[in-house]
Amino acid sequence: MAGNVAALRFQIETALAGRVPAPFAPRPVQVETAPFRIAEVDALTGGLPRGGLTEICGPPCSGRATLLLSALASGTAHAEACALVDGRDSFDPHSAEAAGVKLERLLWVRCGNIDQCLRATDLLLQGGGFGLIAMDLSVLPPKTVRYVPLNVWFRFRRAVERTSTILLLLDQESNAGTCASLVLRLASESAHWLEPKVRQAVFPANCCACLLDGAEIQAQVVRSRLQIAAGARKERSFARRQDAGPAANFRTKTEWSYGKEIAKTK
Amino acid sequence: MAFASIHVPDFSIQAVVRTEPTLCERAIHEQAICERAIALVEGCPPQERVVAINGAAARAGISLGITKAQAAQFHCVEVRQRSHSKEQSAHAALLDTGWSISPRVEETAIDSIVVDLDGLGSLFGSEEAMALLLARRASDLGLAVHVAVSSNVEVALHAARGFPGITLIPPGEEARRMGVLPIQVFSPSPEMMETLERWGVRTCEALAKLPLLELSERLGQQGVQLHQWARGESRRALILAEAKLCFEEEMALEYAVEELEPLAFLLGRLLDQVCARLAARSLSASAIRLRFDLDAACKDDSRLDESVHKRSSENKSYEKLFTLPVPMRDSKMFLKLLRLHLQCDPPGAPIVHIFLAADPEAPRAMQHGLFVPSSPDPEKLELTMARLANLVGDSRVGSPRVLDSHRPDAFEMSRFLPARDAEISEEIAVLGERTPLAAFRAFRPALRAAVVLRDGRPAYISFSGMHGEVMAASGPWRTSGEWWREDAWSREEWEIEIQPVQDRNAAAIGPSSSCEPRRGIYRIYYDALCRGWFVAGMYD
Repeated sequence: MAGNVAALRFQIETALAGRVPAPFAPRPVQVETAPFRIAEVDALTGGLPRGGLTEICGPPCSGRATLLLSALASGTAHAEACALVDGRDSFDPHSAEAAGVKLERLLWVRCGNIDQCLRATDLLLQGGGFGLIAMDLSVLPPKTVRYVPLNVWFRFRRAVERTSTILLLLDQESNAGTCASLVLRLASESAHWLEPKVRQAVFPANCCACLLDGAEIQAQVVRSRLQIAAGARKERSFARRQDAGPAANFRTKTEWSYGKEIAKTK
Repeated sequence: MAFASIHVPDFSIQAVVRTEPTLCERAIHEQAICERAIALVEGCPPQERVVAINGAAARAGISLGITKAQAAQFHCVEVRQRSHSKEQSAHAALLDTGWSISPRVEETAIDSIVVDLDGLGSLFGSEEAMALLLARRASDLGLAVHVAVSSNVEVALHAARGFPGITLIPPGEEARRMGVLPIQVFSPSPEMMETLERWGVRTCEALAKLPLLELSERLGQQGVQLHQWARGESRRALILAEAKLCFEEEMALEYAVEELEPLAFLLGRLLDQVCARLAARSLSASAIRLRFDLDAACKDDSRLDESVHKRSSENKSYEKLFTLPVPMRDSKMFLKLLRLHLQCDPPGAPIVHIFLAADPEAPRAMQHGLFVPSSPDPEKLELTMARLANLVGDSRVGSPRVLDSHRPDAFEMSRFLPARDAEISEEIAVLGERTPLAAFRAFRPALRAAVVLRDGRPAYISFSGMHGEVMAASGPWRTSGEWWREDAWSREEWEIEIQPVQDRNAAAIGPSSSCEPRRGIYRIYYDALCRGWFVAGMYD
């Protein structure tokens, strides 16, 4: 049976050769992307697709807010207006400013429940003109986000199609299904602590004289419709959900370690 | 040199009709308005008397001076209260009509202006075309006018009062054209009128034929002036009015308005008038001022919230200022903005008087660029912001601004105004080179926690359905400040890494039940003032 199918395919391709190139090959999806500005994640995903829905899921403390701030920093640095629909008012402006987000170009909508989040996102999509609209549902109960009908995500995706707006969804579990052009799952690998260089005896016994340096985060691609840049493995469109999808690790640094790094680069 | 005089017949009535278009039934012919019989009353009730009537009311049998009760007996007559505020608005609209054509306008009377047409031929065409344009623009502002054009100011003025529609008087024809007009167009004193009536002088032609010397002996200088007007010989220069950039409309309501829908209908009319006047002067609005005079005798209403009722009894007016991000002139958009704001913050008492004003500004000139990043359209953005404010609250939408303070989580919300000519940041190249920042996610309000200390260090923590062992800790980092204020703070902060114990009843903050409990890094603090442990947030 398989042999007959392969022979039939070859026959049709031969007949159409010269007129229709590769009739059975899926048409490559060329999508404009915007970078996360995290080298490992950009190499893994190719960036945030414009005109599509990107979903970043993971448990608490898995690096979702880190990717969110990187995306916002990149968007605002490109002089784009960005919007954040905050499900539980958990956005930290100090952290965002330290990450390079231009706060004057960020519209922060501080919601109290899932209904307000969905309606606020709807209003922003109708208004248009934003380079990035992020829905942060990370701190809402997973059960609440799970009950959002799939047609809502489908409608949101249709609203940004044929625009240059990036719609970014952050939650604890993947809920958007096939509506998402890119689904990333994050997991925290390990935390890094800086031990003091002086003798422990100098410090009082009840003092933890060490500093949080950062964490190691793993990002795994669950679904992607994008063509990865040349040199990376090509993904088929409508790739099936795979637990063992391509993954990459990246480091994060805390604000105080960040300051040292900036000082070094200067 | 040519002058155009614009006269509004039945000015007091037109000022009222202008704000109630349902009273005005337009006839088939553009210039003539097929009127509904309208009478205006003035005075203290119950002794209100009719002070103005239109032609239809006069034909119906209404006369000046009768009481309101007598006028109300005529079913076909609409009786309205005279409104000085509406007359002021109508007069301002009349001036805007003149200034839309020429910068040289004389404010002759409340119902008449004179416009200098000199030098405008290349812009607007012939004198007849300019007269038609003036009439049309006045009509757009709700006024039906008579326009007369002459090379003599006084002739134009009196011809506009005497002849309906558009009148063009060529030079040299002044005396002949003025001859047919009654001398009432000059508004002489009652004594003068009586004297001329006794002499049988009723028209300008008859007055012009009287000998000047004898007329001056009998009637004095006033008689000489009337003689010159009748012959079209009086000449004077325009007394120019100073252009006022004042766009205000107000409406006194006969019955208090409580519901939003009828209020929106009235606001829509006022906004249409204001925007039309702005358009006539090629200006836009940078801010809209709204003031409602509330019904001071508002009784207890079970629908009113207690706090709202208290405010309404204390404040007899409701004021709101809407500052626009860019100058705009779209009355429909303004109405949507006002509706959204009023839904969010209603006046709290019935409204008896509406006052609306626009701050004028030159309209914005926008040139799009090919390489400029896209940004929200200012008008759409303003509407979106109003809808978002309606949804989540005014104070929960905007751009965050970090305050220069040591207080934890010190920031304020400011208005979101993305600069349209913003440049791409120079830091963009550096962003990709740095290690990403470990972002902090705040819990607002902070979560109460139960912490078990061991050797002065957190060893075990439990909060919001999550509990676990502290695997690593950094701290304490002490911070305090503003001890002189009631909201002073004093805390000891710790960064801790928690290994949670799997909990079947994990709530919102806890790890998902579908995966193994994972370690997390949290910031906790001990509040020395209220002596309790709290979780400030997590590193996500």
